[in-house]
Amino acid sequence: MTAAPAPGPAPAPVKNRHRPVATADRATVLYDAPGPRARARNAVYTVLTVLIVAFALYVMVAKLGEKNQLDADLWTPFLRADVWANLILPGLVNTLSAAVVAAVIAVPFGFVFGIARLSDHAWIRVPAGAVVEFFRAIPLLIMIFTVMFGASLLFGLTVTPFSAVVVGLVLYNGSVLAEIVRAGILSLPRGQSEAALAIGLRKGQVMRMVLLPQAVTAMMPAIVAQLVVLLKDTALGFIVAFEDLLNAGARVLPSNFSNIIPSVIVIAVIYIIINLAVGAVATWLERRSRRSRRTAATPVAPSEAAGGPGGGVPAGD
Amino acid sequence: MEALIEEFPVIRDAFWLTIRLTLASGLAALILGTLLAAMRVSPLPILRGIGTVYVNAIRNIPLTLVIVFCGLGLGVVLNVSFSDSLSTNSMWLSIIGLSAYTAAFVCESIRAGINTVPMGQAEAARAIGLTFAQNLRLIVLPQAFRAVIAPLGSILIALTKNTTIAAAIGVGEASLTMKTLFEAHGDAVVPIFFGFALGFLVLTLPIGLLFGWLAKRMAVAR
Repeated sequence: MTAAPAPGPAPAPVKNRHRPVATADRATVLYDAPGPRARARNAVYTVLTVLIVAFALYVMVAKLGEKNQLDADLWTPFLRADVWANLILPGLVNTLSAAVVAAVIAVPFGFVFGIARLSDHAWIRVPAGAVVEFFRAIPLLIMIFTVMFGASLLFGLTVTPFSAVVVGLVLYNGSVLAEIVRAGILSLPRGQSEAALAIGLRKGQVMRMVLLPQAVTAMMPAIVAQLVVLLKDTALGFIVAFEDLLNAGARVLPSNFSNIIPSVIVIAVIYIIINLAVGAVATWLERRSRRSRRTAATPVAPSEAAGGPGGGVPAGD
Repeated sequence: MEALIEEFPVIRDAFWLTIRLTLASGLAALILGTLLAAMRVSPLPILRGIGTVYVNAIRNIPLTLVIVFCGLGLGVVLNVSFSDSLSTNSMWLSIIGLSAYTAAFVCESIRAGINTVPMGQAEAARAIGLTFAQNLRLIVLPQAFRAVIAPLGSILIALTKNTTIAAAIGVGEASLTMKTLFEAHGDAVVPIFFGFALGFLVLTLPIGLLFGWLAKRMAVAR
């Protein structure tokens, strides 16, 4: 602030300096740089907020204490190595293996159907489009129930919860990935395929040698973001008794230590850590592909392609 | 096919519950999400911090876990009770979970909408002496909402599908009813599955069309 304080008993708040607010990274400037009065007012509001939050925390802690949820023996299991080794980590391993298996199948599924939807032949394009739109539109849980209980009633097959979860995840996320692939290929300038066709490449060669290599770079962040959704959605397996991480936190641990609230909180933290790690990979890939000169495409925004809400991670279901 | 016709009242009730879950959680998520968005753009670092932590935590937790926490943690252990009827109580607990989860996505969407409002609008509002709250309420948010109608529609569609997860705590909405009908009509799995799939298409397609139409109609001309 270079402006000298105005003389007089009640100096007006200094508002003449039109400099960007402290958080210059915001695209909109919703408030001025605080002057002395605004700073005082903000301090009051900050104290008020702290008091309200402290009160809310106090009520929560009191309520938890009243129900004996803060007793040490509900939380100490998380300090024991055997609890982690025997109860939590097997669930985590199941969650991760379901996610990896589903991802390994869903990604090729997405490429096949995404490319099929761009086919010149209607008899390929239309069925592929119907499959993708159908599985994107129905809830994943309906799919998992149908695979789990329908298959055994129809064909007498015994479907393990693991397979039901994986099949459901592949069909849903594969369909979303197909849309990402399609958007990635469509985001390339027309000149790319026109030039490739002009020098005599066949359609398959155009796709394989010109379009796909560039599109993959552009859609990498969106694909990884969708894999976070896939990882989160493995938790649906809980509903069909799949022994995943959530099962460990909401069924196994509470049945041993009757500590549902502590264990769900701990499990939630594990999920957050894993997803933030995968999300960090997505951010890194996005930054990398934005720098990359190997593609003519603009990166596919995860939200646009996946039809999910804004932000890095579309709403799972 | 006969199974579908025979069980039509059951299926209708199940989808009616799905609709009620969607509407109640959608409304609560819209209010909570708008509040969170206001917090995340506010001048107070502490409010911004709370908003950021909430959104980033909730977006990285599976919805199933949120619902299970509401059902077992809040409902069973902490005895949070809305009604003496067990099923009504589970319904309200799942609405808490669904709206707490969806609010994070609503918040991010509205924040993206705030970014589409030209700087000049907020600057002009400040120039005529509006406070932050007035600026947000009278100038920025009305334009931001009109910019994010289509994404909010996508969130509502996702929410409609997400209500099936209330099955985790025994709420008898469409997916749980489908499972029950599978057991009752083992010979009619395929028609039942397609019946419920069709039910969800009937719910979600009009939402997409309506919000697409609204987005075009309400678009801010610039």
